[in-house]
Amino acid sequence: MTEPNIDPALLRGLTEPRYSRRQILRAGAVGAGSVSLAAILAACGTPAVTGNNGAASSGAAGGVGTPAWWSKQKLTHELNFANWPYYIDTAHGQHPTIQQFEKQTNIKVNYTEPIDDNTSFFAKIRPQLQQGQYIGYDIIVLTNNDAPLGEMIQFGWLIPLDQAKMTNFYAHASSLVKNPTWDPGNQYTMAWQSGYTCIGYNTKFIKEPIDSIESLWNPQYKGKIGMMGIATELGSFGLLATGVNPATSTPADWTKAAQKLEAQKPLVRSYYDQSYIDALKNEDIWISMVWSGDVFQAAQYQGYPQLKAVIPKEGGMFWTDNMCIPLYAQHPLDAMTYMDSVYNPQVQAQIEDYNAYVCPVPASKEIIATQLNDPTVANSPTVFPPPSMIKLSRPYYQYKNSTDLTTWNNTFVPVYQS
Amino acid sequence: MPYALGAPGFLWLLIFFLIPLVTILSLSTQTCDPITLACTQTWNFKEFGNVLSTYHVEFLRSIAYGGLATLIDLAVAFPVAYWIAFRGGHRKNFYLLLLLLPFFVSFVIRTLAWKFLLADQGIILSPLKTLHLLPADYHVLATSTAVVAGIAYNFLPFTALPLYVALERIDPRVLEASRDLYASNRTVFVKIILPLAVPGIFAAFLLTFVPAVGDFVNAQILGGVSNTMIGNIIQDKFLTNIDYPAASALSTILLLAMLIGIFAYGRILGTRTIEEYI
Repeated sequence: MTEPNIDPALLRGLTEPRYSRRQILRAGAVGAGSVSLAAILAACGTPAVTGNNGAASSGAAGGVGTPAWWSKQKLTHELNFANWPYYIDTAHGQHPTIQQFEKQTNIKVNYTEPIDDNTSFFAKIRPQLQQGQYIGYDIIVLTNNDAPLGEMIQFGWLIPLDQAKMTNFYAHASSLVKNPTWDPGNQYTMAWQSGYTCIGYNTKFIKEPIDSIESLWNPQYKGKIGMMGIATELGSFGLLATGVNPATSTPADWTKAAQKLEAQKPLVRSYYDQSYIDALKNEDIWISMVWSGDVFQAAQYQGYPQLKAVIPKEGGMFWTDNMCIPLYAQHPLDAMTYMDSVYNPQVQAQIEDYNAYVCPVPASKEIIATQLNDPTVANSPTVFPPPSMIKLSRPYYQYKNSTDLTTWNNTFVPVYQS
Repeated sequence: MPYALGAPGFLWLLIFFLIPLVTILSLSTQTCDPITLACTQTWNFKEFGNVLSTYHVEFLRSIAYGGLATLIDLAVAFPVAYWIAFRGGHRKNFYLLLLLLPFFVSFVIRTLAWKFLLADQGIILSPLKTLHLLPADYHVLATSTAVVAGIAYNFLPFTALPLYVALERIDPRVLEASRDLYASNRTVFVKIILPLAVPGIFAAFLLTFVPAVGDFVNAQILGGVSNTMIGNIIQDKFLTNIDYPAASALSTILLLAMLIGIFAYGRILGTRTIEEYI
């Protein structure tokens, strides 16, 4: 058969690929999208904190916190106080000390408990502070063993306190919270309560007295040991176990401490946050790292007298929750008034009787024992530590810069997150 | 003009899907200072390698836990979905409601309830220990068994519902026809019901496996030492020990692993529905 005579142009049109308008548009959109994606990926970046950096002892930018600034402040008769839960005296849903304060000074106190973790609370207030806005609180309470307090001071986001108004504080505060290492001269903070991270155990199962941190490494308690899944606490205990003072430790010490903690892992049941206290109560664990007040409250008020807290001879970590005034607070003078009023031994006695953490006012001990008729709290060494116990308290390591913090986290976080 | 109707949906997708996705992709190659949170784009692709070498154990563990939990869910949910689809009768909706009822309670609270039920001296273990069926120091909590069981429990409705939908769509006349052609019950099931249910199995697997691998609540509440899942690591890096580049890199790797795995699975299973979407 002869080949059909096909026009070459027609043959080309039938056999070569053709692009419809839809395909061209789609290819164009994909191309444009990928180019813009690359540009967006490159452009994404956030600027550093531009807040009032360098807030040294001379006060933050604009003279905020200087004596001249404080003399211009007036009482507004209003106060917003943010605190941790279960941290103030409570009776029938009211707070007696706050009611007394309101009656005495005519300042209305709005007491709330939004803080249960330093880093998450800091993450919440950070954007407003960076924008220069009032965060809604005039007093906040931050712990000294976590990065946020140091960062607030470093970024200049705390108003320096009016030293002239701190009469009660300087008259009655204990030496443990006056001029502390994390805030020399109490420029920005006044302690609210302190506490110990120490060892708690169930006397029902552990008959022998516990006095050393090595008992957390005792193979006899295999599977019944609890540790804290918090980098600062776990790392500090690891350092104590290797005989190093955490405050003066070096990264080489941290590595050795991490190895000791790794060796402990087969014996540990779990790394807890604050739920270790439930595990102790349930008898899931017999011995654990604890915060002193939790065990005290469980033993005295919640019906678990078999639980005991003890500070080992290597030392217990001493932390302090601190009241401070955030920048852009709208009622700073009222805040100052309240903060100092808390150091009146009478007021502190009432607060301490409920809290049972370490009291910042030694004079309250007498008042709790006699007037409030509560010798258990008054005589408890974890509330009014005797000198022998004060010798055993160890301060936390203060991070020098962000690389320091990252090294600490990279050393200890893999221990409990594996 | 028709495109204007899609504007709300497109806007929603843009704000809640595209922008977060691009941010995560971008963050994974940036360098951030953990204290000041100043981030600059440095095209640091080494972060992916670092993060994989440090956390490959947790990745594999998450996939293992998620996969095991999904298989358990498929095994448990298929009979349930089958029964509701074929034998449910006019009360089908009621049975479906029963299946979904636990979802009215928060995810975290349900997991905490499991912690209470599986406690060492709790309701379940205590009688077994008194009867000496279990040694006195036996515990389920703080083991991988508890974590896998928790994940399987929490995602069961996600498995049951797609299976139910796929099984419900099977025309009963097809089954009648097969029986007319002398098929035994087993042949009917294996040769007719299962193949027709495959898109449902695939959807159920997807809907269960993907969130199960990224889960962090169960590992945190029910798990112990050496039970950390990749979700816990990502959560910790975003919220506690702030390290945005590492967390974003982990999220990106998880996302890519899921996508590649699912497309491969789709090809192997031979389901045509995947090709319709591309």
